[in-house]
Amino acid sequence: MKPTDPAVTWLEEKPLGLAERLYLPLFVQGLATTARHLVSPKVTVSYPEQRPTVGNPLIYRGVHRLNRDDEGRVKCVACFLCATACPAHCIDIVATESPWPDREKYPEAFQIDELRCIFCGMCEEACPVDAIELTSLLDLTGKSREEMIFDKEKLLSVYDMTKDAEPMKSAQYKEELSPGHGAGGAA
Amino acid sequence: MNALLPSPATIAALVKIGLLIGGLMTAAAYLVLVERWMAAWVQDRKGPNRVGIPLTKIRLFGLGQPLADGLKIILKEDFTPKHVDKVLYNAAPLLILATSLAIFAAIPFGSVLPPLGIPGLPDPVPFLVAPSLDVGVLWVFALSSITVYSVLLGGWASNNKYGFLGGLRSSAQLVAYEIPLGLGLLGVVLAAGSLRLDVIMSAQAQSGVWYVFAQPLGFIVFLVAAFAEAARLPFDLPEAEQELVGGYHTEYSGIKLLLFLVAEFLHMVTASFLIVIMFLGGWHFWGLTGAGDEVTWAGALIRFGVLSAKIFAVILFFMLVRWSWPRFRFDQLMNLAWKVMLPLGLANLVTVATIEEFRPQLVAALGAGPAKWLAIAAPWAVFFIGWIAAGLLTPSGTDNRPIRAHDPFDIEHELSGA
Repeated sequence: MKPTDPAVTWLEEKPLGLAERLYLPLFVQGLATTARHLVSPKVTVSYPEQRPTVGNPLIYRGVHRLNRDDEGRVKCVACFLCATACPAHCIDIVATESPWPDREKYPEAFQIDELRCIFCGMCEEACPVDAIELTSLLDLTGKSREEMIFDKEKLLSVYDMTKDAEPMKSAQYKEELSPGHGAGGAA
Repeated sequence: MNALLPSPATIAALVKIGLLIGGLMTAAAYLVLVERWMAAWVQDRKGPNRVGIPLTKIRLFGLGQPLADGLKIILKEDFTPKHVDKVLYNAAPLLILATSLAIFAAIPFGSVLPPLGIPGLPDPVPFLVAPSLDVGVLWVFALSSITVYSVLLGGWASNNKYGFLGGLRSSAQLVAYEIPLGLGLLGVVLAAGSLRLDVIMSAQAQSGVWYVFAQPLGFIVFLVAAFAEAARLPFDLPEAEQELVGGYHTEYSGIKLLLFLVAEFLHMVTASFLIVIMFLGGWHFWGLTGAGDEVTWAGALIRFGVLSAKIFAVILFFMLVRWSWPRFRFDQLMNLAWKVMLPLGLANLVTVATIEEFRPQLVAALGAGPAKWLAIAAPWAVFFIGWIAAGLLTPSGTDNRPIRAHDPFDIEHELSGA
């Protein structure tokens, strides 16, 4: 669009008023603002002693976990949709034939390189069976690169660790979208 | 007395120098912490609050931070780039720190001690390193001009565009603001009748009228010029980080940078001292400190405390202003100096000179009381008139609107030669 386009509305700067021309009133106003912030409550979180609060765990993207189904088996069906969706190529799945009758495949190995992961949440979006989820764990540390490659057992243990504080998101979404109507509404 | 031993006066001077330099350097280190706290609090953060006693878990609200900051910058590599003028490059930080400290020889940091009765030592002992210096104000101004010189040297010797620009800006700015600074000061010197800062303080104490009340216009002019002279925001153009990386000290690192930064804090302390001594009554406070030269030990301590508290308050004001106002543009800075502050300073000077000239006639005609009130009311009238005139007459508005005479991408328009 050109600057001369008639559709462009040009706003004129307002001429300075008396208070603005006299400088000091506005100066005092600015000083009052900073003085107010000087004594106002601080937003800093003293991290190691004080945990930051996660606003909404449903949309927070922290460490991954692999969910278990009702029988304690891994929910994943090794469809590779998450690995395909991953823009950082940090998911590595080895699929094999499932020992259980309800699915054809299951992951023999499931590795996520947490150092390559950019925590975009695409894997969670892509998963058709809500097996991979991002928790609200935010302090992810390790002493070596190898330690930061999470395998299937590690990811399942993250689920075991967080399942009480954070139930599976699929269940929560359904509850939120159709309260009182059970599981059917969300699908 | 043995000629080889230093005289009591020399020893007293050495003790004062030791106390003053020790106090100033410690104060500069802790002012860095205060500055960081103020910056953090204004921005709703908590600021440095973790460093306490080393090797323990005691935090002391971060009071150990200056030690950590100092050690860190001292232990950093003191790198000298190949392209600098080595002699001047090394001389500049030394010169700026030496002059910043030497300024305090003429600045009183309290009132007087009670008589000590030491033979050879004139009583009472003043809180002043060079008590017999009759041109204290001139000494302060001469040396503060030399500090500008080292800023210039640093910028020039660095052989760096940013450093050079910082030095240039610094020189132009300080030349411009020395004049309002001097004009603000002249009013005080005229009213007190002395160039000695301790006499200026006791003149305010004896009359009970601080010069901020007697010369409001002079105070404003001096305050603004002092901000510019100390290169604090909103006048920190010589080292505007966003434009000049570090300004004149871009090429400095390690302990030389530390010397520059300490000197900058000392400038702020000097400016606060001058503002308090010349306009805010120095060690005087009504009903608390008395006014004469006769003091007890407690009185001397109270006066020292009052002076220190006032200076600390002015420093806090400096730091609060830093986060309240954006930096001036260079043309605005020059406009303010030459078109606003200079005429206002002259108006103040003329008012004060007139009042002081005709004070005996006023007292004779009106009596002491009304003459005193008139001598306060007239400068205030001049202050309001000058303020409003400056506000209405100066083009304080800036035209930042985009030029839209024609479309900048309109090639046909350009080609047709219109």
